[in-house]
Amino acid sequence: MHQFKLAEDPSSSELHVERASVSIGRVQIVQDVSFHAHAGEFVAIIGPSGSGKTTLLKAMTGELSYSGSIRLAGMETGKLSAEYLAQMRGVLPQASQISFPLNVSEVVGLGVIDRRQGRDGRARRIRDALAKVGLHGFEGRSYQELSGGEQQRVQLARVLCQVWEPVADDGNPRWLFLDEPVSSLDIKHQYQIMQLAAGYAAAGGGVVAVMHDLNLTAAFADRILVMKGGKRLSFGGRDEVMQADLLSEAYDFPLALTRSGESDVPLVVPGGGSVR
Amino acid sequence: MTGIALPDLFARRFVSSGGNREPLARAALVLLAVVAGLTMLVSLAIGPIAIPVLELLPHMPGRVLAASAGAPEGVSARDWIVVTEIRLPRVVLGALVGAALAVAGAVMQGLFRNPLADPGIVGVSAGAGLGAALFIVLGNTALASVMAILGIYAVPLAAFIGGLITTLLLYRIGTRGGITSVATLLLAGIALGALTGAMTGLLVYAADDQQLRDLQFWGLGSLAGSNWEKVASAAPIIGVMLVSVPFLARGLNGLTLGEAAASHIGIRVQRLKNISILLVAAATGASVAVSGGIGFVGIVVPHLLRLTIGPDHKYLLPASALLGAILLIAADTLARTIVAPAELPIGIITAFAGAPFFLWILLRKRGLTGL
Repeated sequence: MHQFKLAEDPSSSELHVERASVSIGRVQIVQDVSFHAHAGEFVAIIGPSGSGKTTLLKAMTGELSYSGSIRLAGMETGKLSAEYLAQMRGVLPQASQISFPLNVSEVVGLGVIDRRQGRDGRARRIRDALAKVGLHGFEGRSYQELSGGEQQRVQLARVLCQVWEPVADDGNPRWLFLDEPVSSLDIKHQYQIMQLAAGYAAAGGGVVAVMHDLNLTAAFADRILVMKGGKRLSFGGRDEVMQADLLSEAYDFPLALTRSGESDVPLVVPGGGSVR
Repeated sequence: MTGIALPDLFARRFVSSGGNREPLARAALVLLAVVAGLTMLVSLAIGPIAIPVLELLPHMPGRVLAASAGAPEGVSARDWIVVTEIRLPRVVLGALVGAALAVAGAVMQGLFRNPLADPGIVGVSAGAGLGAALFIVLGNTALASVMAILGIYAVPLAAFIGGLITTLLLYRIGTRGGITSVATLLLAGIALGALTGAMTGLLVYAADDQQLRDLQFWGLGSLAGSNWEKVASAAPIIGVMLVSVPFLARGLNGLTLGEAAASHIGIRVQRLKNISILLVAAATGASVAVSGGIGFVGIVVPHLLRLTIGPDHKYLLPASALLGAILLIAADTLARTIVAPAELPIGIITAFAGAPFFLWILLRKRGLTGL
């Protein structure tokens, strides 16, 4: 299924989080979270608002300092330089405000950090990335005049430009860290972007995404980390985690699972009884 | 054939470039460079004495580089002295100061992620002014020993330190979590401006008559009294700034995404901020030391350029340097001819033109973002 070649050292294709804790000011937001992800997988982080999902993601991307250990390709992310990290992973933040009137191709172009790209290669990369997120021909549009969903997709195109090949020349996988990548999109684009992310993983890259939509998570994630109150509530494969009682506990709200038609993907609905 | 093909080629590139404003920006840079050259020539020619500048032109590089004094053969000694000792240093200083102020504005706006940030408006110039005033008033008495060591660099250096302290304070006050609030920034600028103004006032109180005249004229902003010594004191500092600022372009572009996202694409944000603050303070300090409080160049120039060539700092910074030089030389030419034989402080002209412009940006921005 996964047709990429792994580098010799198995740790080079893993994200290892061991007893990571993150504090902002004096408040501890994330406490002793451990899990590991392999490149080639789509890992979703779910949990109620305020459970520390985004904070954990920010620690993994090097934006927040942490205690414990977060290793990407065997290296402690907190010790890597911004330049080095930028070669290994791209980050899609939750919301992106831009301070000056850049147009779409200028925003996306900020992601082209590979200096070997000539002027034409750069323009082609920008065009291809925009096509991937369904914004073909948007190059000359003003970023600030786009809708929230379009802005979100422009940002994703920028991130894709940065880590274009899921596996780098040296055989090491690249990583996508996405903070609620589809929260401001309509259903068509939600599926489009989720397929894009899943495709990135299938091609050998690593994908870690903070998700709010449990049904999209069930449809696309290979493994799921459930957070609650800053701690890890559960971590495992989709079928392990997608359980009515576990999800109900995570969200403090009665949830049930159902299936529609032939699909083997569970649907999460409010309510008491479980169909499984 | 090329005569027909070239404009056509340009037009096609602009139209079909799919959001790529770079060809336009490159063309604008060439145009600005040509206009800058022409503005300098016109400014050299205009004045109480009309001077055939084109005839003198071939001899000028020798004067600037080698400081050879006498008039070359076939040139009137009077014309030669007027041009080389009065107008040329003034034009060169005007170009340096205009470029420095405009680039300092552009860098500061990129750093604070706000089109209204400018060394003049947020009080950096006032801080630099305090440093400079300190040496103007006390240079012969309390600070004479420092003056003796630093020579012509004492005033620019003091202005630089004053500007640096103000910039650092502003950054600490106005920025929280990487986000600068416009309101806090402007209000902090007012407060810091008032504070440094009060301290400068104390110095004015202690100044003698001659110093008072110097301070007052200098406070309004003027290029009068430009000479090669002033050029020599400001040129190294402004030169370093103009040469190093292109290396900030990628970082400042990244910073438009915010500090976190800039770091994600591989920009060392803290280092970028440190260098930017240092360069802004240095350039503002050097400009204030030689020309006083010339305001609004740093607001007007980058804003006009963003509207035309776009906000890419790779082009915005050099274009700001050129347009800043052009505008300041033009304003100075106006300042010294409009009420001849007297002259207006150039700061009055830039304020008359710049302040309404500032209000216009403010109103437009308020409409957009609910400032």
